[in-house]
Amino acid sequence: MKTLLAIDRVTKNFGRIAAVDDVSLAIRENEFFALLGPSGCGKTTLLRMLAGFETPSGGNILLDGKDISAVPPNRRPVNLMFQSYALFPHMSVRANIAYGLEMERLPTEKIRTRVDEIMATTQLSALADRKPEQLSGGQKQRVALARALVKRPRLLLLDEPLGALDKKLRGAMQMELKRLQHEVGITFVVVTHDQEEALVMADRMAVLKDGKLLQCDTPHEIYERPADRFVADFIGVMNFCEGRAAPDGVTARDGTMLRGRVPEGMAVDDRAVAAVRPERVTLFPAANIANRVAGTVEALAYHGLDLQLHIRTALTEKPFLVRITADAADRRPVRVGETVEIGWAAEDTRIFRN
Amino acid sequence: MNRAILIAVFAFLYIPIAVLIALSFNAGGLPTVWSGFSFKWYASLAGNNDILSAALNTLIVASVSTAIATLLGTLLALGVEMRKKRGSALEALIFAPMIIPDIVLAIALLSFFSMLDVTMGLHTIVLAHVVFNIAFVCSVVRARLKSFDWSITEASADLGASAVTTFRRITLPVILPAVIAGALLAFTLSVDEFIIAYFTAGAGRASTTLPMQIYSMIRFGITPEINALATIVMAVSVVALTISQRLNRGVVGQ
Amino acid sequence: MTPRSPLLMAPALAWLTGLMVVPCALVLALAFFRRGIYGGVEYTFTLENFAQVFDPLYAGIFLNSARIAGTATLIAVVIGYAAAYAIAAAPRHRQPIYLFFAVLPFWSNYLIRTYAWIVLLNREGLITQLLRSIGYTGEPPSLLYTEGAVIAGLVYNYLPFVILACYAPLSRLNPELAEASRDLGGSAFTTFRRIVLPLTLPGIAAGAVFVFVLSIGNFVTPALLGGGRFQMIGNLVYDQFLTANDWPFGAALSMVLIAIMMLLLTLQAFASERASGRATAREEAA
Repeated sequence: MKTLLAIDRVTKNFGRIAAVDDVSLAIRENEFFALLGPSGCGKTTLLRMLAGFETPSGGNILLDGKDISAVPPNRRPVNLMFQSYALFPHMSVRANIAYGLEMERLPTEKIRTRVDEIMATTQLSALADRKPEQLSGGQKQRVALARALVKRPRLLLLDEPLGALDKKLRGAMQMELKRLQHEVGITFVVVTHDQEEALVMADRMAVLKDGKLLQCDTPHEIYERPADRFVADFIGVMNFCEGRAAPDGVTARDGTMLRGRVPEGMAVDDRAVAAVRPERVTLFPAANIANRVAGTVEALAYHGLDLQLHIRTALTEKPFLVRITADAADRRPVRVGETVEIGWAAEDTRIFRN
Repeated sequence: MNRAILIAVFAFLYIPIAVLIALSFNAGGLPTVWSGFSFKWYASLAGNNDILSAALNTLIVASVSTAIATLLGTLLALGVEMRKKRGSALEALIFAPMIIPDIVLAIALLSFFSMLDVTMGLHTIVLAHVVFNIAFVCSVVRARLKSFDWSITEASADLGASAVTTFRRITLPVILPAVIAGALLAFTLSVDEFIIAYFTAGAGRASTTLPMQIYSMIRFGITPEINALATIVMAVSVVALTISQRLNRGVVGQ
Repeated sequence: MTPRSPLLMAPALAWLTGLMVVPCALVLALAFFRRGIYGGVEYTFTLENFAQVFDPLYAGIFLNSARIAGTATLIAVVIGYAAAYAIAAAPRHRQPIYLFFAVLPFWSNYLIRTYAWIVLLNREGLITQLLRSIGYTGEPPSLLYTEGAVIAGLVYNYLPFVILACYAPLSRLNPELAEASRDLGGSAFTTFRRIVLPLTLPGIAAGAVFVFVLSIGNFVTPALLGGGRFQMIGNLVYDQFLTANDWPFGAALSMVLIAIMMLLLTLQAFASERASGRATAREEAA
């Protein structure tokens, strides 16, 4: 696929603080891309540079191969959906959506057609004459989206698009955004701090921390093969056992050998951490499972489809998290206080520097 | 651009005042031509009995009206904020003294006092000044009470304190900075107030206040003495208001 | 708690009623009485006083003072809005300081602020001296006792108030709205005209109404800077009470003043309600 937007060694300094530090990314045509990170990681600053509200202190931003770093926001074929939605309170839904096309000085008739079209796509036709304060949160979000989409930008930026919605609505809107993106064929870049949202929606995603790019890949790759301990911890749930590197794994503090592939460049006896996802751990492991440890069931939490167990082991200070299906739990029930054995395969161990 | 606007506006606001202050230290007799530094006009103020008695009158009016307005305005603020329901007529009545043109209140009080055959003097000025001062004290104290957690007074009552003790030990300490800020504001407004005092002072020099004295001096012509007097009056207002502002900011910062 | 509330409010409310509501009602009543032959008040009902307001002589003064007050308001709003905009655009931590110094002159004595302009504008004042210093040798320009001086005095005195009134809506404006307009292709000017101005207009209008009413009812500034040559409604009221001794007419004039203020405030409130669309929201809720 063709690269639409190239972020080339972009840095942004505020005083002596680097909000974005030497970040390079390539975003492809028609992609749903997510910028993910905790608050203060620089993702919003990066987004504002793409929209044109901040100028990079260093590096270039290229759209279709042309440097747009110095182009003001009103001359960029890039639109932003604001976190607060920033709907103009004195204008109706229709006037809000038409505003951007009026700026392009399109004929009135043409503006009307395009506004009607996008309102139909975003299911806003019935609300055309409402003022923003008469809309629900979900409706406001759709107006903000329609207002940006109607301009048919090369690139649509979305700043925490679902942040203001309640949890239930959020799930529905995630799917809605994906459907819309597919329908209009516009490249989306979403900024979010919610890793679950990024995993569900994005084709590819970038994880940022302290202004630096940690990893850029598909959600599946990032979930299964996180680049470092921070990414592993930030995305999904992970059990971490600290220890020292050995030739074929990590020696935990209590001396247990946790087998797994040691990353290149790590020497024996380096400080290391072995990690495993709760859903990769099994109760009562089969005889051929490489890593196994005994523990006591401390707590049980029922989540509908699955069951989460807290198991006290000698490996870690925190209880070990294990997720088993409700089905498995039915077949072999466990009780709090029971001593069990848990285990996981060597290929499910991830080893990072600590 | 923004910086240029700010510089221009602050120049517009402060140059006239700065010229006035500078000329108050002018040695020469000409009120607007600089001819050397001197304190002599301040000294000559001290010897001007009309000005001294007007200043004394102003202090009396301002102190008494501030004391009354602070008490009544604070009680009003407490009463209004304790109410569960909001009455727009009540709000309008409290707000009215702040927006009603001075000249209207002035002639209204003049008509009222003369119809009742009240002999006018400093006491009628005080009665009049309390009217607008109540409104200003009340609004400053109410702003503080907006963020006041009334449950702490209930906690005090629950712990065995009487209503009076609760007010003295709990409510008053919390609102005190706002009360003082309101009082300082009222004092400044009263010191500076001219129109209402002019109409309610009655005949004769005995009840002339400082602004009235300044007005008649200005009408008579420019003298270096007015420059000196104006500088002192402004200094007093600025000091009082800066303190008031500080106290209020402290309240907001809590 | 509630039962004590009326008791706390009683003294202040009694004071406000006795010394504001009753006297103002009295003035309203006075406006409908006849002037006595020797200057007193004759207690017979008449509408003559209000008819007299529209007498060409007085109507002329009305229009004249409305023009002066209107000009002063317009200038004060333009300068005040620009200043408030500049303050609101300054870094957050500096804004309170700028605002404090913008408003500080407002709290110093009105007479002294007006007097400062006499010092500037008189024949031997700073402006004449500045002209001399750049080689001007002719007659000193007559700046004082002109309509311009009155307008300058009014603008100077009420500017801080306008800055304060304009700053409030500007500082409350979500900066993302202006950014959204830029993002959608609006130029800086279009963004100001179509987004910032309409959203901050109601606050400015409220400030403008007060400046207009305070200016039109002013008698100190025309007396000191206009040298008594420019009568405004305030001067007219002053004269009726303190020199002409026609209290009923003076009362009628001040009621007209209050009526103008109420009318303008109502219009302003109505307009801002329309602008923000609250009216339609309420209709729909009903």
